[in-house]
Amino acid sequence: MTRQGVIAPVEMANTAPTNVLVVGVGGQGVIMISKAVARLCQENGLEVKQSEVHGMAKRGGSVFSHIRFGQEVKSPLIPQGEADILLAMEWAEGLRWLPYLNPERGIFIADTQRIVPPFSCRDRNRGAESGYINTSVQELVEKVPNAFAMDATSVATELGNARAANTVLLGALSTALEFSQEEWHRVIAEAVPPKTVGVNKEAFVKGRHWVESGETATDFSSDNVISLKEPRESRLEITQAWCKGCDICVKMCPERCLQLDQHQIVQLIDEKRCTGCRLCEWLCPDFAISVEAK
Amino acid sequence: MGREPAGEEYYPDDEVEVLPLMGNEAIARGAWEAGVKVASAYPGTPSTEILESMANFPAKEVEAQWATNEKVAVDVAIGASFAGVRAFAAMKHVGVNVASDALMSQTYIGAHAGLVIAVCDDPGIHSSQNEQDTRLFCRLGNIPLLEPADAQEALDYTRLAFEISETFDTPVIVRSSTRLSHTRSPVRVGNRTEIDCRGFNENPQKNVMIPSHARLSHPKLIERESRVGEYFDQIDLNHWERGDQKVGIITVGTVYSYVKEVLPTASILKLASSYPLARETITDFCNSVDRVLVVEELEPVIEEGLKVMGIATEGKAFFPRVGEFSPEVVRQGLESAGVIESLAPKPLLEVEPLARPPVLCAGCPHTSSYMALRGLNARVLGDIGCYTLAAIEPLEAIDTCVAMGSSIGNAVGMAKAGTETRPLVATIGDSTFLHAGLPPLIDAVYNEVDITVLILDNSTTAMTGGQDHAATGKTLRGEQTNRVKFDELVRATGVKWVKTVDSYDLATLYQTIREAVEFKGVAVVISDRPCVLDPVKIKGQPFEIKAELCVACQSCMNLSCPALVWTDEIFDGHRKVKIDAPTCMGCSLCAQVCPTDAIRLQQRGSGNQ
Repeated sequence: MTRQGVIAPVEMANTAPTNVLVVGVGGQGVIMISKAVARLCQENGLEVKQSEVHGMAKRGGSVFSHIRFGQEVKSPLIPQGEADILLAMEWAEGLRWLPYLNPERGIFIADTQRIVPPFSCRDRNRGAESGYINTSVQELVEKVPNAFAMDATSVATELGNARAANTVLLGALSTALEFSQEEWHRVIAEAVPPKTVGVNKEAFVKGRHWVESGETATDFSSDNVISLKEPRESRLEITQAWCKGCDICVKMCPERCLQLDQHQIVQLIDEKRCTGCRLCEWLCPDFAISVEAK
Repeated sequence: MGREPAGEEYYPDDEVEVLPLMGNEAIARGAWEAGVKVASAYPGTPSTEILESMANFPAKEVEAQWATNEKVAVDVAIGASFAGVRAFAAMKHVGVNVASDALMSQTYIGAHAGLVIAVCDDPGIHSSQNEQDTRLFCRLGNIPLLEPADAQEALDYTRLAFEISETFDTPVIVRSSTRLSHTRSPVRVGNRTEIDCRGFNENPQKNVMIPSHARLSHPKLIERESRVGEYFDQIDLNHWERGDQKVGIITVGTVYSYVKEVLPTASILKLASSYPLARETITDFCNSVDRVLVVEELEPVIEEGLKVMGIATEGKAFFPRVGEFSPEVVRQGLESAGVIESLAPKPLLEVEPLARPPVLCAGCPHTSSYMALRGLNARVLGDIGCYTLAAIEPLEAIDTCVAMGSSIGNAVGMAKAGTETRPLVATIGDSTFLHAGLPPLIDAVYNEVDITVLILDNSTTAMTGGQDHAATGKTLRGEQTNRVKFDELVRATGVKWVKTVDSYDLATLYQTIREAVEFKGVAVVISDRPCVLDPVKIKGQPFEIKAELCVACQSCMNLSCPALVWTDEIFDGHRKVKIDAPTCMGCSLCAQVCPTDAIRLQQRGSGNQ
């Protein structure tokens, strides 16, 4: 475990290419960072292939970019278990791509910042937890030999631009590749918007120092997730005589579990879907619905 | 050959420049170097960047333009070829379906001046509705095909395609795939060769496809097929790498790189084309090895070709017909074929992954339309575009999605079936409506059905990254041009009920769609709120949630807005919600659906972080 040490540079052997996998969520700059790395390698006379999938990228989906460089590169895709470095700009995205990391000597660098997608907030029952991945930094560090987890977003926010989190991580990554700091600064200046060159260079230095200092190479603060109490069920009670069939509750029910019957009286059509949110109770102008917690 | 094919001779030493290019950029560069004069395309992932990068070349050299759809793009290219200049069209695989009507006749006519079509397949269905194999279209239309494996070949083959087109009097397809189109690698580039205009060739027997002429042309196609096959045998395009003779692997395109990765010592024949096949080279190769394996993505096109030639071969018995190949897929196939020893599976690091499907953006103008349609309990016929994302939960507001423009035709059919009790609403984006929505709308009016059409006009082709079209008033090169007005266009088809509405006003939107649904006949609602990402990223004053007023009812969470996130605060057993201010663009929809008025415009200088 290199939690308290400097990242050992990846050996750039003559035959096998070096594999870097950059992952994140649409809008985090995965492609921008990849281009900067690819450019630097190419300028150093290496053959580089950089392969990405975008298209859905802007829609908040998962984005990844494979970068392979060396004397000769065949497949543009990194085979599973062969990534030398996995750079993740979002925690769950880093975990998603773990099977690609070399299990013995792969270096894992990730932002501990969690971007919880709306899709993970679907369980609306009482006491429900978000569906976000619950692997903690502690668990990961025990599993991955060279794991570096840092709150890069907070570091970048302190510098005045949260979007520079990607360059903080790039700074951490830079310690694993044998290029000079000047060269990195140059490709960063070419890659980022002109107005943000200054803050990005600072962010890069922060990330680089963070690894080199060794002291704080893993940040466990994001592990303190608050958990809710036991789930509780709910019961919906409809006073049929008071319902005039105005349809408000049917239209507004977030779970779509209400319907008007043939007499234009509201009925619960799917008890399992009702989460007891009370919206119908509050919206009903005739006090015809009440929700009881069981 | 009139001119030399692309290769070393194009690059005198003092002029060699190496650029890191994406496959798509290399295809555009190849066409430009070949002296292309007219280029046309309809955007579609993964092909979009081809024409976008074509537009980086000077307008006086190449006319690069967006077409209303792929058939128009191909027709424009055909017209330019008729006129005697080199012409080019680009599209994604499903675009060929649209263009095929023109293509299947043009293959009989041939190509007076070079006519090349770049098609990008999407194995693995990263961003499409299917994963059809364009090579089958080439076989169907007797259209010669070139399949580059990397960006360098993408450039070289595209150049060469123009030569083949003119030499053999045929349209030529250059086939890419997502992996090639979106991989950046170093490419030696050359200069542009200016080609003299050949002028129009007045030859009705060749150019006018009536039955008597077509009957004369068809035998020429068959003869052309064998001549191009012989040509593929002669030129130095197929790489024969001699290795271990026990097994010979025939492969094509990007799959070659995976084979090299997994089995660098094998005897490999990397073909430049699956159609027509270089029969002599293939026969020689097969005779030189004990066992032949074909490793190709998607359909068994080469494998079947070999079997027709009487060569004993295996392929799809070990390799899948579906999905994108990768070094792992090739390794597994070779293992099951017994070519490489199956190793004990390497212990990989694994964690159950988080589902993160793409969602409509924060402030997307489509979200409210689907909220309203849910409220109306409508049967919603969907179409191709970002808004298809409203099919997944929590919006779950789209019942069908078939192909470009299908929504309206599908609605007509469902109305005529007469069995649907819910209101029928077809939803279609602006670019998609121009692409293929007009003929079915005319059909709907003509055949008198009771449907509602919701045109989601966000003033851009959003899904592919924000391209202009005929209703944005701008060309591919960003110049001002005529702007189609949807209300006028729709009225001209005979639609009597047309209303335009701002989709950020949820109540008015809901009322308008309700009126449209109640109207007997074809009613059209146009929502005209622009996309928040393109052409300019819109960022308004963000909203915030007063935690003390939030009752955790989750109404706002139904918008599926990426700016809305759960907090650790609980109300009555449910999680309260907060707004991530940097993501929020201030559309106000969540404030409109909040029953307790807890969502307010953020006061400047405050913030709920």
